[in-house]
Amino acid sequence: MRARLNLDPSQVRRARDLAARAGQPIVEIARTHTTVSVERAVLRLAGLRGADANGMPWVNHVVDAVRAAVGLEHGVALPAWHALVTQGHESLAALAAAAAHGTVAFRLPVGEDAAAARSAASAALVGGIARIDANRVRRDRLIAETADPPTPWIYLIVATGDIYEDIPQAQAAAREGADVIAVIRSTGQSLLDYVPEGATREGFAGTYATQENFALMRAALDKTSRELGRYVRLTNYASGLCMPEIAALAGLERLDMMLNDCMYGIIFRDINPRRTFIDQRFSRQVHARAGIIINTGEDNYLTTADAIDAAHTVVVSQLLNEYFGKEAGLTDGQLGLGHAFEINPAVPDSFLYELAHAQLVRELFPDAPLKYMPPTKHMTGNVFAGYLLDAFFNLCGVMTDQSILLIGMMTEGIHTPFLSDRDLALENVRYVRDAAGRLGESFVPAPGGFIERRAGQVLEESLALLRRICDDGLLNAIADGTFGITRRPADGGRGLDGVIMRADDYFNPASDILERRERAGSADPASRPASPVGADR
Amino acid sequence: MTGAFVRPYGDTTGDGRVQVSFTLPLPFGTQSEKALAEGAAMQLAAKMGLDPAMVVHAKGMGPDFTFFVVYGRVSHLVDLSQVIVAEREFPLLSPAEVNLRIRTGLGRKLVVVGACIGTDAHTVGIDAILNVKGHAGEKGLEYYREVRVVNLGSQVAVPDLVARARAESADAVLVSQVVTQRDAHIDGARKVAAAFDAAGPPRPVLVVGGPRFDPSMAASLGVDKVFGRGTTPGEVASYLAHVLASDASGSSRVPAGTRETTGEP
Repeated sequence: MRARLNLDPSQVRRARDLAARAGQPIVEIARTHTTVSVERAVLRLAGLRGADANGMPWVNHVVDAVRAAVGLEHGVALPAWHALVTQGHESLAALAAAAAHGTVAFRLPVGEDAAAARSAASAALVGGIARIDANRVRRDRLIAETADPPTPWIYLIVATGDIYEDIPQAQAAAREGADVIAVIRSTGQSLLDYVPEGATREGFAGTYATQENFALMRAALDKTSRELGRYVRLTNYASGLCMPEIAALAGLERLDMMLNDCMYGIIFRDINPRRTFIDQRFSRQVHARAGIIINTGEDNYLTTADAIDAAHTVVVSQLLNEYFGKEAGLTDGQLGLGHAFEINPAVPDSFLYELAHAQLVRELFPDAPLKYMPPTKHMTGNVFAGYLLDAFFNLCGVMTDQSILLIGMMTEGIHTPFLSDRDLALENVRYVRDAAGRLGESFVPAPGGFIERRAGQVLEESLALLRRICDDGLLNAIADGTFGITRRPADGGRGLDGVIMRADDYFNPASDILERRERAGSADPASRPASPVGADR
Repeated sequence: MTGAFVRPYGDTTGDGRVQVSFTLPLPFGTQSEKALAEGAAMQLAAKMGLDPAMVVHAKGMGPDFTFFVVYGRVSHLVDLSQVIVAEREFPLLSPAEVNLRIRTGLGRKLVVVGACIGTDAHTVGIDAILNVKGHAGEKGLEYYREVRVVNLGSQVAVPDLVARARAESADAVLVSQVVTQRDAHIDGARKVAAAFDAAGPPRPVLVVGGPRFDPSMAASLGVDKVFGRGTTPGEVASYLAHVLASDASGSSRVPAGTRETTGEP
């Protein structure tokens, strides 16, 4: 990565310090609270899967029963494993089925009973985390056996609602050149307080994220990766009310990237802010361990706010996402910070603004696998103009060394892309990459010129906003509509009833392992970069 | 040609020239495959009324598909006297226009209370209309600065909905019904209408929506408006602005100023 903007390093440092200051009280909330979904994720990591005849997962039954009996402030693990080891259930699933029938008396064990429950729970979680570790090794081996594609990675979406239709579409997209396949979730899954179970064949404008769907798609893409001689990555969404559980399933089924933003659910789905921040910390600890690259959602702000006026809110959110991500153990190579090409093309110098913003983000986060999103807001239905705009997006992407390009469709906002729309979009990006892939090395904005000045201005505005957030508190800033021009009060939104303050004896065997390994230092695999992203820049 | 008839215009009046593109599930590999695919495209163009037609571009996409760009002359005439203009009882407005209309017509924020009622846990529909995230490329009603949204979520009891609508001084109540077993959506809508009627004035504008509703059923259900499959947030917002924030002369059902503006900064 070449520095092109002559940024003031002390300003950049100050911005990071301010982001850390703004984020610390939030981390404190996350360290002292748990949520129903975090507790369910613990059970999922211990291997509990399946659901009752109505599709309600066993993990929900156990957590609800424990909560009703002894509360969740001590964590689900102590009462659950105490019941498991003392009441003769042959498995967690058997315990869950009994709990669903109301025939388990959950108690909070003390003394030797507590020690026995702790040790049984820890052993179960060691096994679950070992599976995540093994997946990470397997990913590395598959990449070594095939090849890691050069950046920018081409990111394509499938979304039929039927996993068995998604699979051939994803394989076809990979053959056409996609490096990353994202399976869009069914509309509104983020608001379900449970994860559906099994392979699913119907969804609303997307396909449900389930453990079985994850496994089916990963197996299919492994086959395609071998066929193509390059590793095809799989992406899904660790967001919404079940963020920690989806993160756990991603680790267990070897997904490679996950949408996982610290504020997206708050702003766009009206999920309670505290719930979101607590859930995202645990999710990111799992992602860190699993070698998963997260993708953050700053591009979304620009679909509601103006892309020039709100450019600094993107940078501020990226700095916050970076702080929260690193605090949870993610490395630079796992921080797929998001941004987007959403400036109104009618604005004079719009492309220069885009270059300035994209380059600023590149320089602020030189080792992050940035995810750059194509225009959506100003795609008008004039498909010919849209195709041109997508070409400029691609050009900006290669000139500023973006790492992951979501491929723009000229029919954006009209319909689910036709096969031909996707083919034309790939032709567009291939042309730009072949024609101008090395333009970056000669792209040197004039010192003191428009691009340099604009980048400096956005950084200044970011600093000002960060100072304000530090003064007011991040939760108040969110309540005031700072991000995505949407006001979200700290006690509003969905899912607050699933937030529980931890007691002094709170026990979470998954967090214990994840946090211990984080602190273990540089010899540990979790602190290695997730992938060679950035190595070829 | 008289003014009552028109043809497409390429570069000369009346030349009838158009451009289309499409994909056929045919391979485009060998010479014979290419010939077959182009012939198939020509046949389709002829059946679409393009005569003469010219395949200017054909490209294989993967092993099984071919993409075509075709130019041709259509022989059809458009008879302007036979053009049917879809009548909509309200104009479709952009978010900025909706906001402006509410500001000038209502003079305060328009309050919308939304819910899925009864046992229906499918909030997909109501969330697609209300959440900022929106639907079909349009932002939901929360995005509108002049609309205050109270989304009660799923499984809301009808009496609770009525009470909350009253407490919030709702201008409009949106009810989504996805579950349709034994016509649950019809029953649900009727119950809502009856409950608001029983509660007495001022009755908010009642809007129900869901994929199985027929938009012509509003009167028989006792509600003001029914939205069916494929409704976008912009249509709902435009409708609400139309009925609640018309000009002061007003067909507005709930005249501005009958209630105190409360709460929202």
